[in-house]
Amino acid sequence: MGLEVHAQITSNSKLFSGSSTHFGADPNSNVSLVDTALPGMLPVINEHCVEQAVRTGLGLNAKINLFSRFDRKNYFYPDLPQGYQISQFQYPIVGEGEIEVELEDGPTITVGIERLHMEQDAGKSIHDLDPNATYVDLNRSGVALMEIVSKPDIRSPKEASAYVKKLRSIVVALGTCNGVMAEGNLRADVNVSVCKVGGYDKFRETGDFSHLGTRCEIKNVNSFRFIEQAAEFEARRQVNLIEDGGVVDQETRLFDAETGVTRSMRSKEDAHDYRYFPDPDLLPLKLTQEYVDNIKANLPELPDQKKERFVSEYGLKAYDAGVLAAEADKAAFFEEVAKGRDAKMAANWVTQELFGYLNKFDLELADSPVSSKQLGGLIDLIANKTISGKIAKDVFQKLIEEDDADPAVIVERDGLKQVTDTGAIEKVVDEIMAANPDQVEQVKAQFAEGHKKPKALGWFVGQAMKASGGKANPQAVNEILKQKLGI
Amino acid sequence: MSDLTKLTLTDAVKGLKAKEFSSREITQAHLDVIEKANPALNAFTEVTSEHALGMADAADTKLAKGEGGLLAGAPLGVKELFCTKGVRTTACSDILSNFVPTYESTVTQNLWNEDAVMLGKLNMDQFAMGSSNETSCFGNVINPWRREGEDTQLAPGGSSGGSAASVAADLCLAATASDTGGSIRQPAAFTGTVGIKPTYGRASRYGMVAFASSLDQAGPITKSVEDAALMLEIMCSADEKDSTSLKIETPKWTDSLSNGVKGMKIGIPKEYRVDGMSDEIEGLWQQGIEWLKAAGAEIVDVSLPHTKYALPAYYIVAPAEASSNLARYDGMRYGVRQEGDSLDDVYSTTRAEGFGDEVKRRLMIGAYVLSAGYYDAYYLKAQKVRQRILMDFEEAYKECDALLTPTCPSAAFGLGEKSADPVEMYLNDIFTVTANLAGLPAMSLPVSLDKQGLPLSLQVIGKALDEDTCFRVSKVIEDAAEFDAKASNWWS
Repeated sequence: MGLEVHAQITSNSKLFSGSSTHFGADPNSNVSLVDTALPGMLPVINEHCVEQAVRTGLGLNAKINLFSRFDRKNYFYPDLPQGYQISQFQYPIVGEGEIEVELEDGPTITVGIERLHMEQDAGKSIHDLDPNATYVDLNRSGVALMEIVSKPDIRSPKEASAYVKKLRSIVVALGTCNGVMAEGNLRADVNVSVCKVGGYDKFRETGDFSHLGTRCEIKNVNSFRFIEQAAEFEARRQVNLIEDGGVVDQETRLFDAETGVTRSMRSKEDAHDYRYFPDPDLLPLKLTQEYVDNIKANLPELPDQKKERFVSEYGLKAYDAGVLAAEADKAAFFEEVAKGRDAKMAANWVTQELFGYLNKFDLELADSPVSSKQLGGLIDLIANKTISGKIAKDVFQKLIEEDDADPAVIVERDGLKQVTDTGAIEKVVDEIMAANPDQVEQVKAQFAEGHKKPKALGWFVGQAMKASGGKANPQAVNEILKQKLGI
Repeated sequence: MSDLTKLTLTDAVKGLKAKEFSSREITQAHLDVIEKANPALNAFTEVTSEHALGMADAADTKLAKGEGGLLAGAPLGVKELFCTKGVRTTACSDILSNFVPTYESTVTQNLWNEDAVMLGKLNMDQFAMGSSNETSCFGNVINPWRREGEDTQLAPGGSSGGSAASVAADLCLAATASDTGGSIRQPAAFTGTVGIKPTYGRASRYGMVAFASSLDQAGPITKSVEDAALMLEIMCSADEKDSTSLKIETPKWTDSLSNGVKGMKIGIPKEYRVDGMSDEIEGLWQQGIEWLKAAGAEIVDVSLPHTKYALPAYYIVAPAEASSNLARYDGMRYGVRQEGDSLDDVYSTTRAEGFGDEVKRRLMIGAYVLSAGYYDAYYLKAQKVRQRILMDFEEAYKECDALLTPTCPSAAFGLGEKSADPVEMYLNDIFTVTANLAGLPAMSLPVSLDKQGLPLSLQVIGKALDEDTCFRVSKVIEDAAEFDAKASNWWS
């Protein structure tokens, strides 16, 4: 598979006009004379968008082309006012690069970037407002996009979505794309082909695409889940087709999120002849190395660098570090929690408890009911042995349920402080032993048989913890038990 | 009062400043002449009388206080190609017949900023595609000139035929025009007027209906070389709304145009001596050479070896760009829409009905030369030729400061004489397209009448950004030629 990802460049105004790019404005309110392609109107490049594209190219470890050029892609559609899209066909601003993509089950793959170019978005056709008419909203018309084209290095639906996730984390960290897929900020054209075993390796050796089978392009897939579903369906469809003696036709397909299937949109024969040619209204884009170097010198910390730092600075496991570093807000949250505390414990609490909770209820970090300060406070209570890890989970639950609560106050209020007073624990242990002489005998017997950790000991720990309302320090319970049982 | 229309722009501006007459007077004088002449000449598509008098009064108020810009109170005509705020702008095509811009082109705005007065909009070939003005949806302009003893209607040239005819017939002091392959110079030559196309990028294309973006340039058609310099220095400006606009100062050519040609080297390109060129044109060219020699210039023979490929290259590049530039006229947002049963139907009917035959012909040629499989053979090859032509000029300019050539291979032809054969019509651009392809400044000025009594012109092609030399060479020829013939006033 190879993906073409369209990422909307974060910019206040459009690629070639001064119109606002604000999302959610009234239809046709972010539209200028240029966007409507009135006679005699001319495009003028938005320099900020150029800088953003260069920044993204640097973030993708890619070659920045000091010479690039805008071309016209000609076709008729009501939401394309000029009758052509201004794009970069022959000379894109960014050339080859590569990124490391971590897969959920551990391994990391390298995905090559073929190119990145800038282009205009089209407007939006609205077909369902009126049975006999189509309405056009030109707010998006002329908005700056980056099309990021991967090499055919992606070999499974999971890899495809992981690649887009990684791409998203990079552009968001760079501040070059907001990455809000629900708003169409980031969407992917997924190219899928299937080949016989060994075909891909032959392609890698020779660079000859004929080993890869005929590809189909699935247009405009706009969520990670849909990318996986679309790729999965399409690959199966092609395999089934071939196994039934059929042939895959090169075509453009659409993914139907309702049914999870892809269906044909247009065949290769119906493909447009876009009649690309250099846009004579625009001069070629010439950058200086100094300009590029200056942008490079001011790049923010990228997810990979952050991940490396989390491993070296905090001693996190690579996977946890990757999860935390992938998104700037999560990374920042973690660092706030970890500051001056046991970083591994902080990472555990952030990834396991907090992210687990957020994922379960499909919440964004911004909507988290628990702040970094609260979580930090909770970890402090564990660290200074005020509460046990188990109690901490209960307190965490209360932090979710209550507004702006202080974990220390909750512990105090609900009497959850850990009991480390050995006298009190001894008393509890004595009572349990007295009430369960059979169990005492069993532990002793198991120990005598050579079991260093008799199973029945666990039972005693459980009883003791239960009797103390979970507040007893488990280590202290263990030691006192061993001593009293003489093992 | 009608004498006011005979003035040059320069003299009119002086007279207005000196309060010898008012802007209202000279504007009204022109409106009166237009009223009489326009039914016969069809030069104006719309006369904005009220608008003109309002602008004239505003200019008079300033002039009375000793204020006012460089063109204060001077009535001008505007080619239909320039968008004018609140005044219909059609590019003389049915598809834009209802289009009223809410904005002003930079070139015309520059004129209004100097307090000039707009008399109205001037007829042209549809979307500036044509050399005879016969493709206008308003019907063709009639050339004020006639062959001696004949009343055959002659073409005013194109595409700026309305601009040229109106200046020739004293319907305005000067006019804006545009030149993609000769659309200023050829009609100027056909009507005994002066026209200059500046270096590509001198004049902003903002608000000028696009034909071929890499070739289009605005320029004036005027009654004298000095008027042309005055108009051009006001029309040109660095404009951030046009990416191809040169971000440089516009020189004050009016200050230097009389500096003469002493010591200049003038190149005579041998490739412009084409087969079948008349003795009269040949003689005129020689005459020009003699005048320049007499004024102290040195004449050198130069070669522009790729000239013969210019016309084919032009008729690939220009239609290619046009096919894309005119895609926006789809009936969706403005202009005239024809209803249909499907989207494709709306598109095809709107465009089939809205565009004239010549426009359709060029759009088809353009789409063809850009299409997959033909791009390399046509468009790319044409771009390479274009590069060669530019290199030819650069080579020639190592030997000389400017080139002198005829503007056209013939005098004005009769309406309909060439419209049956597009290729014969295209051949009219043979001496003018090279300057567009190379982006160079080029000027046409009338020199003499042929034996049928029609004006003939010479062309001066300068180095890039060296309009100054064009003006100086032209001024020397103008002074020597003493061309003061006017079309007989048969229309009044």
